[in-house]
Amino acid sequence: MNMIAPSASPAAPDDTHAMPNGTTRPQVRIVIVGHVDHGKSTLVGRLLHETGSLPDGKLEMLKAVSARRGMPFEWSFLLDALQTERDQGITIDTTQIRFRTNSRDIVLIDAPGHAEFLRNMITGASQADGAVLIIDALEGVRDQTRRHGYLLHLLGVKQVAIVVNKMDRVDFSADRFKAISDEISAHLNGLGVTPTAIIPISARDGDGVAAHTDRIGWYKGPTVVEALDRLEPARPLEALALRLPVQAIYKFDDRRIVAGRIESGSLVAGDEIVIMPAGKIAKIKTVESWPVTPVAGRQGAGRSVGITLDRELFLERGDIVAHAGSAPRETRRLRARIFWLHDKPLARGDQLLVRCGPKESRATVVAIEKAVDPGELSSVENKAIGRNHVGEIDISLSTSIATDPYTDNPRTGRLVIEVSGRIAGGGLVLSVDAGQRAVPVDIVPVESALRPDERSARYRHNGAVVWLTGLPASGKSTLAKALERRLFTNGGSPILLDGDTVRAGLNSDLGFSAADRSENIRRLAEVATHLARNGHIAIVAAVSPAREDRAAARRIADIAFREIHVATPAGVCEERDPKGHYKKARAGALASFTGIGNDYEAPQAAELVIDTSKRTVAEAADEIEQMLKTTGVLFDDVGDLAANI
Amino acid sequence: MDHLDQLEAQSIYILREAFARLKKIALLWSLGKDSNVMIWLARKAFFGRVPFPAMHVDTGKKFPEMYQFRDHYGKEWELDLRVEPCPPIDAVDPTLPPAARSAARKTEGLKLALAKYGFDGLIAGIRRDEEATRAKERVFSPRGLEGNWDVRDQPPEFWDHFNASPPQGAHLRIHPILHWTEADIWAYTKRENIPIIPLYLAKDGKRYRSLGDQDITNPVNSTASNIDEILAELEQTKVPERAGRALDHETEDAFERLRVAGYL
Repeated sequence: MNMIAPSASPAAPDDTHAMPNGTTRPQVRIVIVGHVDHGKSTLVGRLLHETGSLPDGKLEMLKAVSARRGMPFEWSFLLDALQTERDQGITIDTTQIRFRTNSRDIVLIDAPGHAEFLRNMITGASQADGAVLIIDALEGVRDQTRRHGYLLHLLGVKQVAIVVNKMDRVDFSADRFKAISDEISAHLNGLGVTPTAIIPISARDGDGVAAHTDRIGWYKGPTVVEALDRLEPARPLEALALRLPVQAIYKFDDRRIVAGRIESGSLVAGDEIVIMPAGKIAKIKTVESWPVTPVAGRQGAGRSVGITLDRELFLERGDIVAHAGSAPRETRRLRARIFWLHDKPLARGDQLLVRCGPKESRATVVAIEKAVDPGELSSVENKAIGRNHVGEIDISLSTSIATDPYTDNPRTGRLVIEVSGRIAGGGLVLSVDAGQRAVPVDIVPVESALRPDERSARYRHNGAVVWLTGLPASGKSTLAKALERRLFTNGGSPILLDGDTVRAGLNSDLGFSAADRSENIRRLAEVATHLARNGHIAIVAAVSPAREDRAAARRIADIAFREIHVATPAGVCEERDPKGHYKKARAGALASFTGIGNDYEAPQAAELVIDTSKRTVAEAADEIEQMLKTTGVLFDDVGDLAANI
Repeated sequence: MDHLDQLEAQSIYILREAFARLKKIALLWSLGKDSNVMIWLARKAFFGRVPFPAMHVDTGKKFPEMYQFRDHYGKEWELDLRVEPCPPIDAVDPTLPPAARSAARKTEGLKLALAKYGFDGLIAGIRRDEEATRAKERVFSPRGLEGNWDVRDQPPEFWDHFNASPPQGAHLRIHPILHWTEADIWAYTKRENIPIIPLYLAKDGKRYRSLGDQDITNPVNSTASNIDEILAELEQTKVPERAGRALDHETEDAFERLRVAGYL
């Protein structure tokens, strides 16, 4: 695998920002970080002033705003745009502002230094190509200085310039400067980061910002502006293996377009690809675009594209398109180094939602290998990862995902963690426990010898997945068998997949945890879909209580899916109880039983809802038959048949 | 990839995420240069046709050229156009300064439209470089049940992972061109040949840099009569883009108060 080497070469012309006046300058995004009150916002204000980047009237406005609060002139009011920020004199949220140096268009990202707002610092810093870490000469290295240094490393920001501010408060002492330089260099070197410069300044007075002054005459290195000029823009990762995470599949017209952004590598029509984690192979037929389509030529990292494939494959959001031979690894287990932002510490056994690009999976924390506060000098080991702390964890995923260690691919080798729908942490994939799957390139799907219309002409129906969901004892299996008999009598080809029956064989390795239930449904859906693609009507009878799992089944079966909610009232189901399950569950002898709790999530848009307490089995079968006719599965008459040939 | 290609790819990524992760979204079409670029990007993202409604929250006080533009291109671009009215000025917070109060009608109109359709996401064409509180925005920005923006508690957002789960009854604002600048918008408009309202081009020594309600928007001095000249002018100018928008300049926090209440 390729490693990422930070580029030190001058920017190539295609990376530059074409200016209307004909000159070109690379655009670089730089975040200013450091401990609270060490002068981040002041440095930004000073930089804008020194480079002549302030709009007309802004300086006067700042003077007025400062005077109104009875304060001396305050540069930070320029960026602290929120009323509460100005009133309290602290930066709450990150902001961005632009200015130019001789050779760069710079987007400056100001980030809050207060520990309370670390999530906002991360939001800002994650967008940066380089960073300026600011340290108060009087106060020296503080906990937020160390914490920000550590987070820069976790966020993948490798270019860091150090600024020692408020040199006026230490009488521009070279000794004090050297002591701080040594301390911070040692800390960053320990994280594998070498500062690009260490600069003594006074942001308030301007020393060292754009010019050397006599007061820091002993300093011979670059000014802040010169140091910014040396930072390089991030480059798209074209040299790495192809990774195209699938954002969506669009069927707006007769094209089936797989849409996503190329995170690394490149692709062109005709490429042999493999779709991970399933390991299905195909060829890229076209690269679609608008207003002109298709587009010829190679598409590189950073592009948002749409491709079509040479065969009909089941793909879903979160899959990764890669080249055969250099595919990412498929796994249900990984180790990650993470930062944690949630109030409740992350502990072993916690249930999470993990996102790797567009892929999401439920996950369980199997082990906490390390948990430290990166702000502390002595790293005290904890059992759980506290808010604003970092650590290493092992996670077990409920679905297979495709991913890379971040050392192989910094774009796909990272993840975020959500708790209650809000981002609660993030980090890097350190290693992947690869599954025992066959090598994808060895799998060559064989197409059936028969055409779909040959089968439908004989059976007088199209292939379908008829999915019966409902509480235990609601009548799913009874209805399924009645439907099977009726379709068969009419010359059709129904096949029954009863949840319990399949659990006895194919799914005998699965239990009743949420993850196992999902996998049970996925396998049922895959088998049923295979039957439907071959012209049969697969009748699935399964409690399938989770809406999300049934949605996954619908995605797999796609247009062949017909959901029937067997909505017999819970009281009636419990009274019937043919297998004695309700009785056992009431007695506490059957864990994870769906029915007596509130854990059955009823469908919201089923094709048909049937209450078996209100009609006979024959009447219910009539209704299903009618629904299958109106939704185009069963052929009504010879006319319909003709239309389908 | 050049700079405009990168901006475009990022915006397309954001639009596709919004469409994939939310249930019912609409794009706010203010008819200005930014939202026209946004519609263009949406057509690129979804291969020709915008697969969700384009909503114009109409104060009824826009320039005639803007209404002509809306009616013409709404058809030509095959938009699912929804024009939603704003309530009268009496319905708006009387403590706001006059121009801000006038602009706040749009917020009220937006709330009515949200209640009417039940959107859980609204795509808006604001940019960080326009104004200081917008610079603090997230790409996916959660709004409270009243449509309000809680600036003190914005969620973390990094590595293009967005918080896309608004609480029941609340909605998200999605900002696909947050990272663009005014000059980027014009350079892209030129490259892609996107139609514009002629009010942006100088006539008798004046042009509009930003278009809002007729009574609270003023033109700036300019001789730029085509996009190249606008770009050359932006290279030199130190006048902020929204200088002609009266509502920004009434009090120190007028714009912030508008935004906290749900203004774009």
